[in-house]
Amino acid sequence: MEIVLVSLFNGLVYGMLLFMLASGLTLIFSMMGVLNFAHASIYMIGAYLAFTLSQLLGFFPALIIAPILCGLIGAAIEVWGLRRVHNNGHIAELLFTFGMVFIIQRGVQMIWGMLPMAYRVPALLDFPLFTVYGANFPAYRGFMLLVSVGMLVATWLLLKKTRVGLIIQAALTHPQMASALGHNVPRVFTIVFAGGCLLAGLAGVIGGNYQTTEPGMAEAMGPIVFVVVVFGGLGSLSGCFIASILMGLIQTFAVVINYSLLDLVKPLGITVSGDNLFTEILTVPVARIGALLPFALMIIILLFRPRGLLGTRDT
Amino acid sequence: MSGGRFKQGWIWIAALAIAIMAPWAFYNYGTGRHSGFVLSMLSQMGMMSILALSYNMLLGQAGLFSLCHATFFGIGGYATIHFLNLAGAGDLPLPMELIPLLAGLSGLGLAIVFGYMATKQRATAFAMITLGIGELMVTAALMFHHFFGGEGGVNANRMIGHSLFGLKYASGIQVYYLILAWTLGSALAMFFLTLTPLGRMANATRDNFERVQFMGYDPRIVRFLQFALSGFFAGIGGGLYAITYEIVTFDALAAPLSANALLMAYIGGASAFGGPILGAVLITLLQSGVSLMSNSWLVYVGVLFIGMVIFAPQGIMGLVMAHGPIVRAGQFGRLLMPYVRVVPAGLVMALGFVGLVELTSFLTIGAAQGKTLILFGNRIDVHAVLPWLLATVCLVGGGVWLRLEARAFRRVWEKLMLELKPQRSAA
Amino acid sequence: MTGIALSLRKVTKTFGQTEIIRGVNLDIASGERHAIIGPNGAGKTTLFNLVSGRFPLSSGEIWLNDARVDRLPPHRINRMGLSRSFQITSIFHRLSVFENLRCALLWSMGYHYSFWTPLWIQRELTARTDSMLEQLNLAPRRDTAAGLLSYADQRALEIGMTIAGGASVILLDEPTAGMSNAETDSAVELIRRVSEGKTLVMVEHDMKVVFDLADVITVLVYGQVIASGPPQAVRANAAVQEAYLGALDAA
Repeated sequence: MEIVLVSLFNGLVYGMLLFMLASGLTLIFSMMGVLNFAHASIYMIGAYLAFTLSQLLGFFPALIIAPILCGLIGAAIEVWGLRRVHNNGHIAELLFTFGMVFIIQRGVQMIWGMLPMAYRVPALLDFPLFTVYGANFPAYRGFMLLVSVGMLVATWLLLKKTRVGLIIQAALTHPQMASALGHNVPRVFTIVFAGGCLLAGLAGVIGGNYQTTEPGMAEAMGPIVFVVVVFGGLGSLSGCFIASILMGLIQTFAVVINYSLLDLVKPLGITVSGDNLFTEILTVPVARIGALLPFALMIIILLFRPRGLLGTRDT
Repeated sequence: MSGGRFKQGWIWIAALAIAIMAPWAFYNYGTGRHSGFVLSMLSQMGMMSILALSYNMLLGQAGLFSLCHATFFGIGGYATIHFLNLAGAGDLPLPMELIPLLAGLSGLGLAIVFGYMATKQRATAFAMITLGIGELMVTAALMFHHFFGGEGGVNANRMIGHSLFGLKYASGIQVYYLILAWTLGSALAMFFLTLTPLGRMANATRDNFERVQFMGYDPRIVRFLQFALSGFFAGIGGGLYAITYEIVTFDALAAPLSANALLMAYIGGASAFGGPILGAVLITLLQSGVSLMSNSWLVYVGVLFIGMVIFAPQGIMGLVMAHGPIVRAGQFGRLLMPYVRVVPAGLVMALGFVGLVELTSFLTIGAAQGKTLILFGNRIDVHAVLPWLLATVCLVGGGVWLRLEARAFRRVWEKLMLELKPQRSAA
Repeated sequence: MTGIALSLRKVTKTFGQTEIIRGVNLDIASGERHAIIGPNGAGKTTLFNLVSGRFPLSSGEIWLNDARVDRLPPHRINRMGLSRSFQITSIFHRLSVFENLRCALLWSMGYHYSFWTPLWIQRELTARTDSMLEQLNLAPRRDTAAGLLSYADQRALEIGMTIAGGASVILLDEPTAGMSNAETDSAVELIRRVSEGKTLVMVEHDMKVVFDLADVITVLVYGQVIASGPPQAVRANAAVQEAYLGALDAA
């Protein structure tokens, strides 16, 4: 029982972190049709900036400044890079963001070095919030949940209750029509791209000391975030939310499940022996294939429901 | 058109001759041995050429942006290691020269399975499925020890004792010629494919997915077949990799190698058949050469790549071929002066950029590694202001200068193109 | 054989809440030259899209040469003898004119998905492609990239690619759109030549072209057929005159 509760909490926290990243990506993807491969790289920049800024100014100022800087970087990328490439077609846009990954990756290594940064949880938040069955639930994770929920609410309010939000929503599902109605769609694109990067940066500020802040973090988080976005569906933030929580829970729970396929069929009296690939597949415990699951799920959903769970637009 | 093809044929024959003779240019007559470094680099070029060409069957020829190409290269490699082990133990009576064929078939098999899934979708969904497949395979490779050997990979001994020509393949030069033969064969096969109905319809599907349907073709099947065949050739590359290095780890299936394939095909030029070969040779050279000189060669490649995406989407081959009409009309002389003016500007800007990158790199990474920046034999203090100032001035100044010259260049270019237009349309 | 090449029975098409095609019944006889006209937004191109399999029907049936086709994918319908052109030129812009036409011939000449047949030695294929080029007056542009052609040439190529496969039912969607008078005249000549012995269905706005070519005219307004018959009858039809506000008189 303890395991279930602890895993539940941790799964939720991780899921919300994923959601912060994925929501920015899904907004960009839905509106501009561009899969921003560099999204997780912006996340990484957010973490590194937060580290440096918190050394200089403290954690809470960093919490505000780092995401804004990321947003500005995103705006710059969009205006000087992505917009130019737009005319060369879909694949060119994908290639462009793909290339940005390399540059940002190496840039971060050059500026901060190759070793992990000692980006720690601020002392203010470094205490156990509560204990459940003897396991500590750190206050910082509660803080993470708070920030991510706050961000979710703020984004929802922005989209549903403001004029800019209305335009963004329209452009989310019908960009040509929004443009035909006279809205400055390129400017909206820049705002959305910068906004998505801001969200990624915020995720980086919070996630950077939850996970390790090191040059490989973009590669680690990137693919999972894409899975979430595709699984949740395009044009749908709620789908993204469900998918994030689902993936977070799946990955966290998978690690604690020690059963394997064989255990499923054992009651039927089937046993295997021998040391070959076949037995290996049957006996591998779910805990070890946890990393596989998100990708397997994404492939399955793309085969049978290409729009994702709640998507409103075709990929 | 036919005259051009004939001329192009000469270039390929010359390239082949160079490829055959190259190791001997680096032969040490004193010790009677070939340069190991050169052989290794040439072998790598061969393998990467196959990888890049097979990738371009997807990107350039069928308009498919795949992110899991290394999967088929890798499976060819892993399978070959097992085949080599079987052959060495006497259970597989196959000569070494045909082992890459088995590797290709492994790649083909996997590509059929994955291709069926992936080609059901278009554009971005296709890219995402391939991303998922790639990550899935890497994770599986780390998980299932039996076939993949986990993190340590699997290894074999390539001296299996079977050969059509009685060769032992103990020495690097023999392995190199095996690779060259298979590279040549694969390249010819892939070129032949472009001139078949499937190859042409793949191009058509790239240009206009819907139109193809109204000609009786199911574009999904066209893409599926193209995907499967490209997996076959990628597998061959993987097989050669396994033979050369005698060990295959998950790196042979991982995302960086897929990214490499993309870079090589794109930078070389995705719209010309030989572009990927050029890209493979270039990137391998950069990788071997520049990476020795600088830690930051990935940044340069990344910037080059992005520069090409924005300014030269046809790649290097595309740029070269764009000069075709001008050269044929004998007008190249008019471009000489503009080039002479553009190149120094570009060099200054590049110098500034490289300077900043290297200075930054040495400030952090180099310091940690205890290295200092040495330029032309002078030690440069990365903490002093002067080098930074110089580099920034070069970058900014060079950038402004380049912009001016590039504009002038473009004017001349467009004027030439306009003059030649009637000839181009009626070509 | 009933002599009806294409038959639409109670065809409707709804997009979301909007009904675009509201119960169309239409029979087109073999060998007929049939024009479909109507104001913008009447649903003419949608009708084409339904017939050619690009969109699924909401209800009704479509029969091609006595076989039901309304649930088949476009390439299957094409193989059964129906081919269409597009209002917005839809060619392979990076391939040469010759290759565009050759691709259009490949399936009907049995090459299918072959990856072992070298194309350059296929004499019959090359001959047929060259003769098509002649018919379309595009021979001087044989090796030009299709994307570099003039608009009128591209439209001619579009028509060529549509008929190359030897389809017995040809759908042309606004073939003369955007052409000058001279270009329109040669296009009409071309269409007349290539549709000899075939069933032609045309969507057109240019009334002169319609009256020059068509044996039968159908008028589509708001997704419904309001008149169908020989040109003179349609011209005299009161409902049609009302729908066009006198445009027919000007023709």
